[in-house]
Amino acid sequence: MSEIELLYLLAAVLFVVGLKQLSTPRTARRGNAMAAAGMLLAMVVTLVDQDIISWATVIAGLVAGGAIGAVLAMRVQMTAMPQLVAAFNGFGGAASTLVGLYEVMNTDAEFATETGVTVVLALAIGTVTFSGSFVAYAKLQGLISGRPFSFPGAKALNAVLAAGVLGLGIWGVAADAVPAYWLVVAVAFALGLLAVTAIGGADMPVVISLLNSLSGVAAAMAGFVIQNSALIIGGALVGAAGFILTMLMSEAMNRSLANVLFSGFGTEGAGPVSTGDKPVKSATPDDVAIALAYAEHVMVVPGYGMAVAQAQHAVRDLCTALESRGVEVSYAIHPVAGRMPGHMNVLLAEADVPYDQLLDLDQSNPRMPQTDVALVIGANDVVNPSARDDASSPIYGMPILEVDKARTVVVVKRSLSPGFAGIDNPLFYLENTMMFFADGKVAMEQALSALANV
Amino acid sequence: MSPAFVTGIVVFVLAGFVGFEVISKVPPTLHTPLMSGANAISGITIVGALTAAGLSEGTTATVLAFLAVTTATINVVGGFLVTDRMLEMFKKKPERRNV
Repeated sequence: MSEIELLYLLAAVLFVVGLKQLSTPRTARRGNAMAAAGMLLAMVVTLVDQDIISWATVIAGLVAGGAIGAVLAMRVQMTAMPQLVAAFNGFGGAASTLVGLYEVMNTDAEFATETGVTVVLALAIGTVTFSGSFVAYAKLQGLISGRPFSFPGAKALNAVLAAGVLGLGIWGVAADAVPAYWLVVAVAFALGLLAVTAIGGADMPVVISLLNSLSGVAAAMAGFVIQNSALIIGGALVGAAGFILTMLMSEAMNRSLANVLFSGFGTEGAGPVSTGDKPVKSATPDDVAIALAYAEHVMVVPGYGMAVAQAQHAVRDLCTALESRGVEVSYAIHPVAGRMPGHMNVLLAEADVPYDQLLDLDQSNPRMPQTDVALVIGANDVVNPSARDDASSPIYGMPILEVDKARTVVVVKRSLSPGFAGIDNPLFYLENTMMFFADGKVAMEQALSALANV
Repeated sequence: MSPAFVTGIVVFVLAGFVGFEVISKVPPTLHTPLMSGANAISGITIVGALTAAGLSEGTTATVLAFLAVTTATINVVGGFLVTDRMLEMFKKKPERRNV
């Protein structure tokens, strides 16, 4: 160990302090810059410390990766943020795998036993992160169906693949067998594909958090391989951060992580739900505008449908108009609304909604009884009273936003079709609920123009 | 096990606990930037990638090292930039006008 290690330690300290500052809105931007500075330091130290002989490879990789990363980051629409984060997770996983493979080729796999084990782990975890993330990307981008895809024996096949990774890893480490390490990558690739394909779109907040965590663990394993503490610390930090989010998201659905990953939730009930012929109250833009205009407190409850309709700016415009009339507007955000942790918050921030108007589950539910109008836009399962009242419901026990306690509920929705969980929502048939059947963005614009005549 | 490897395990476990402590109180509003910022940090693999690329000889090794640097750099540059773009949008409510 040399003094150069202390510079890597400094980089790691910058990561820790940066993450700490990322946890407060006021300092978050500085925290991100600090972590980036730590990264730059680690890179410069590496380039100075190593006797680089092939600068061409280094520079080519930095230029290519930097250009691609910058273009992706600057051009992405905020509504497409979940898939971009998924893609970045995937690239991180791929990088750890590639570093592992390079070490395998460079040493002919002649590792000490413990190093060999960490090579296998870096390869396996990095590759699952890579292939899993790109399936998540494809689902979120709409390239493939967001529905969970499964077939008889899928779980058994997953188990066989996992056992295959283990067996191949043991072979590789025990026999210093180069092909075994490559096969670990191939089998882990299939495992990641299959595992994430079986998980539905609405469970993506959990999946993305978990892949985020795994990308960190893969980096830490690569750190063991090349014996670098900055990788081990940075990787462990990210592993922990992603794991906390994973658990928070699972809790917000009242399901265990294992249930999210392996149950194929949403495969049943994919067909139409019989809603009986229960009457719903269909509202016109004028009805909605009147209800909103004479309210004192309005609670906006956004869901994934708001992102799909790109309605965040229209929501903001309507709310600004209401505020100028003296209506108090706040936003209730369910932890798993959308497709990644904090998805709704990012969209509303893009539309210039101040973050202190955004309330979480615990802050918003006590306010529902004093709310005159709860305006639900593109949310369904997270406001379904069955989760609270109906012990036979598949989502029973999931914490919900209790909009049914508001004096009036306006549900903006294109049709009566069920949400992701494929179950009917009794909220739609309540006495105090008005259904406003329209695309989210169109609905907001219609309500805004109707408001001018109230 | 070599002493260096054992030290590595100690560092890994302690850093994991630090991560839990530092991040457990992040408000939901910041969940996405936290995730994408953390994601950028996981690009620290770039240290391994740069070392590999700088020392690589032979076609297979060079290709692997080049791809490692490229993917890690996408992760690092893209991750920090997009996080900054998001955080730039998070604003507090301006002082209330007279109501």
